[in-house]
Formats: sequence, structure tokens, C-alpha cells
Amino acid sequence: MSTPLVMFLLFIAVTLGITFWASKRSAGSSAYFAAGRQIKGWQNGIAVAGDYMSAASFLGIAGIIAFQGYDGFLFSVGWLVAYLTVLLVVAEPLRNAGKYTMADVLAYRLKARPVRAMASLSTLVVSTFYMIAQMVGAGALVALLLKGSGISFHTAVIGVGILMIVYVVFGGMLATTWVQIIKAILLMGGTLLLSILVMAHFGFHLSAFFNAIANVTYHDAKGAVVIKDFLTPGLRYKPPYGPLDLISLGMALIFGTAGLPHILVRFYTVPDAKTARISVVWAMVLIGSFYIMTTFLGFGAATIVGPDFIKTHGGTNMSAPLLAQALAGDIFFAFISAIAFATILAVVAGLTISASTSFAHDFWTNVIHRGVERKAGEEVLVARIAAFVVGAVSITIAILLGPTANVAFLVALAFAVAASANLPVIVLSIFWKRFNTAGAVGGLLVGLLASIGLILISPSLMAVDPPTVVGAARHLFQRPAIFPLENPGILSIPLGFIGAIVGTLLSHEPQALDKYNELLVRSNTGLGSEKAVAAH
Amino acid sequence: MNAMPQPIKPEAVSGTEWDRIAESAEFKDLMATKKVFIVPAFIFFIVYYFALPVLVGYAPQFMATKVFWNVNLAYLFALSQFFMAWGIAFLYVKAAGGFDKLAKDIIEKSARGGK
Repeated sequence: MSTPLVMFLLFIAVTLGITFWASKRSAGSSAYFAAGRQIKGWQNGIAVAGDYMSAASFLGIAGIIAFQGYDGFLFSVGWLVAYLTVLLVVAEPLRNAGKYTMADVLAYRLKARPVRAMASLSTLVVSTFYMIAQMVGAGALVALLLKGSGISFHTAVIGVGILMIVYVVFGGMLATTWVQIIKAILLMGGTLLLSILVMAHFGFHLSAFFNAIANVTYHDAKGAVVIKDFLTPGLRYKPPYGPLDLISLGMALIFGTAGLPHILVRFYTVPDAKTARISVVWAMVLIGSFYIMTTFLGFGAATIVGPDFIKTHGGTNMSAPLLAQALAGDIFFAFISAIAFATILAVVAGLTISASTSFAHDFWTNVIHRGVERKAGEEVLVARIAAFVVGAVSITIAILLGPTANVAFLVALAFAVAASANLPVIVLSIFWKRFNTAGAVGGLLVGLLASIGLILISPSLMAVDPPTVVGAARHLFQRPAIFPLENPGILSIPLGFIGAIVGTLLSHEPQALDKYNELLVRSNTGLGSEKAVAAH
Repeated sequence: MNAMPQPIKPEAVSGTEWDRIAESAEFKDLMATKKVFIVPAFIFFIVYYFALPVLVGYAPQFMATKVFWNVNLAYLFALSQFFMAWGIAFLYVKAAGGFDKLAKDIIEKSARGGK
């Protein structure tokens, strides 16, 4: 057996053990959906970081920086600063006023059924798109990392899918939380080690490192030798639309993170709003340290391994593992590969539980059965079935798309929908007294449609490929893009807000006004908030 | 309001009680105290953050100015964002300790039946 495979199996064995342990402590809705609200602040902080730092941030960001230098580092900055929106605006009111999902907060003073149906739809869209991107990436990556062990793309996708279903169906939020914590610690440890090795390579002289970054040598598309300063802005975002796209990306990150359902559900796993706050700060310390270290990962790969070598040895996503191999050989390559694998598994498990929770709690119990759980345990049962279905659907779509599919845009889309549909209605619901059901439905609908519509006509899906690009890697629409930006945020976020405001002003809802004081007091004081329950 | 001070389950808070709290001086004080910190902090971080893509996007030559070794303004400004975010988070946690105290008083007063 290859060393990466042994390490993968080790991680699987440990996490399955945790799932077994958690399965005995997941009886009842609060235990299954919110880990009994007993997760400690630092634990939840690490778990938030684990949920957030996906393969896109570990492998993707290292690759983007390795190939496009400084512009890639701008992703790193946005991914951390976004947590200020979570900290200052969303986390505490949500914990104070909600139960299991973001829709709980909306349903307080608005008509529960239409609002929950829309919020659930938006949650499912964000989670599924994000998940398909992770699954396709996971399949391609695992097949590549385990090259030689006979594991194909299909086997890898099915394996990842089954594991995530097992974690969520049997272990619920408790198992998912601990999978996130282990993954986050592994990821931080691996990244720190890799950063130290990069510095050691330069004799621990930062000046030598930055000197190398200023002189990255590679061959361009025509085969000519190029020497570039990788710290110069503009390698990715070029005029005329680059600057606008950069601002649009910034908006989607800053306002989207606070609307990502799989991040928001994490704040229900702690006992109170104060603990939720502490967990955001813990998450910010970890996430910030990690993204600062992407300097070493990305620029290290650019300078030590070089874009030429990466291109011929698996492409951009392999930058970090190849850097590990170059610095410390095959065992370290195996270790970093196993971390990448753990990263993917943890993120898809987090997405699965948020999607299935929203389906069971918002759609099944509250929309279809009008808030009544007909039998004890029905909600959890439905969530388990939903987790299974979500997993099976993602596996199928990922296999149909295949390893070469162009799916990077799905992550951008998830952030755009979260920023344009979810965030406006959460914020307006908490801060605007006049806000009502028509506004919430309008905001969610317009934000969702605007994000999807604009991405469909953006360069992500609409471009003319040369004949050398084949199959699923080709763009969906072979014609010049109508909307010039890759990220729709700059337009779709204002549209989401406008949808919510116009919808509100066009209708009257006395009950939403009457219950505003209740939501205001609840969200700001924690009076009447959901309490932690004793472990079973 | 009930004359007897009795501990009530928060879940049993009535509709009029929410209104009473929302109109109370203590609650208005809490909201004002929160606003004094959160609104300026939010505006500051939004302006500071979006200055980065705007400057990098529209003044790339200026941002490429080298400061020391081969480190340029663009990288230093990007790096400063991390410390800005941590700094605001630190200040917020300190300020929020005060919010917690005010909120606790409001909850306790409500449990005493508004006295």
C-alpha cells in the first residue's frame, strides 16, 4: 500500500470511531442538529475554521498564488476579514433568536411557511452547489494523490460520498463537529510545518524569500522564458474589468460568509451568544493565521517548485502537495495529501448536515406539517434520510460531470447566493422594523435568481474555447460572455437588497410589526434563547 | 405586572413583556451602547477593506512601490488587513463584556416581573 493510502485509512478509522461514539449521544433533535448546544467556545471556533477552510482554500489558494501571485493572496485577505461581518452583525442575534437554522430567525415575526420554504430552497442551493464543487475536486484529487493504488475518480467520489453520509447520518452534529476539529488541527499543523520548511529552504531569511518571489521564472504559453515579480498586482485581475471583478469578489466574500448556512448552523451548537462570540474569535485567530501562511504555501510553490513543474505534474491544485514533496520527500507528500483529503471530507460533511437540517426542520416540519412534529424523532429521521439523499445526489452529479468539469464557479456562486439572498433578509429582519414576509420572499428570490442568472451569462460559463479544450472542461455556452465579471456580487447583492425593500414596501403586515419588539429584545439580550441540554 | 417576585421561565415571556422591555430605559441604553461601538467599527472595517481592491485595481503602479527588500505596498496593505480584523475583533470582545452586563440586568429585571 502506498503511504498516502495508509494515512487516508488512518484518518478514516479515527473519524469512524468518533462517529460511533457520537451516534450514542445523538438522540433527540437538539442533540442531533445542534450537538446538544454543549460545544465549548474554543471547540466551536476550531470547528468553524474546519468547516470554512475547504479544499478550495488549502489546495486552491496555494495554486492560485503559485500561478497568479499576489492577486491570489487577495482571496486570503477577504476570507478572513469577512468574519468581522459574522462577528459584529450576525452570530449573536442568530444564536439568541434561532434554534437550528437561519430561517428560525426570519420565522419569528414573518409568516413561517413562505419564508421557511424560500430560505430552505436557498440553503439547499448554496449547499448543493458548494458540495458538487468539493466532490468533483475531491474525486480528481484523491485519484491523483493515490495514483498507483488503482483508485479511480469514480471510486474516490463514491468513497468520499459514503463517508460523509456515514458521519452525518449516524453521528449527527456532534460527529461532524469533531471531524471538523480534527481536520482543522491537522490542517493548521501541516500548514505551519510546510511554512517552516519553506523558510528553512531560504535559510530563514525573509529577504531571500521575497527576493525569490520577485523573480519567479517560468515558460509562458508560447514557450518563451518569463521572469515575473509575483508580488505585483494584476497577474489575474487585468483591465478593463479586473478591478471591478476584484471589488465584486470582495463584496461576495465580505457579505457572503455571514450568509453561508453551514457556517451559521455552527452557532447553534454552543450554549449562548457569548460563547458564539468567543467561537468566532477563535475561528478568526485560526483562519487568519492559516491565510497569512498561504504566503509561504503559494509563493513557496511558485519559487521552490515552479509553475512549469506543477503544470506537468497534476496542475494548479497539486501546488501544496508538490511543495511538500520537494521540501521533505514522499512521506510529507503523503501527510499533506491526507490533510487535503481530511479537509474535503470535513467540509462536505458540514454542508450535508446544514442542508439536511434545513430540509427536515424548515421544509418538512414547518412548511409541510405547519410546525408540528407528528411523532417524536420524526424530524431527526427525516434529516437522516435527507442527508442520505443529498449525499447520493451529489455523488451522482459529480460522477456525471467527471473529473475535468469546470466547477470552480460553483464556489463563487455559493458565496454570491449567500451574500445576495441570505444576508439581506437576515440583516433586514433583525434591524428593520417595517420588514415583512413579502420583503423576505422577494429578497431571497431576487438574490437567488440574480446570482444564478448573472453567473450563467458570465465568463465562468460563457466563453469561446479553442478546439484543444474538450468534453466537460469546455464552457457551457460557446459565445462571448454577456456579463463581463466572474463574480456577480457587485450587482446581485444590491439587487437582493432592492428585492427585499421593494417587497416590503409593497405590502402591509401588522403582525410583523407587532412582533418586532420580541425579536429585537430576544436577539439583543438572549432572553428566552434555546438552552443547552444535558448529554444522554 | 405581577407584584410577587417570582422566577419565570424565559420561554413564558408574554407579548406585553417584550414591549415593556423594548420601551424600557435599560434596553434603550443597551442598544445605544452597542450602536456606539458596532456602527463605527463596521464602517471602519468596510472602508479599510474595500480600499484594498480599489487601490490594487485602480492604482496598481502605486501599490507596486517597493518599501523594503522586494516587499511592496500592495502586500503590506493586504497583510495589515489581518491585523486590522484581529484588532477590531479584540476591541469588540472587550466592549461586548459591557453589553453582556446590561443584557443580564434586563433579563434579571424581567424575571423579577419588571421591578
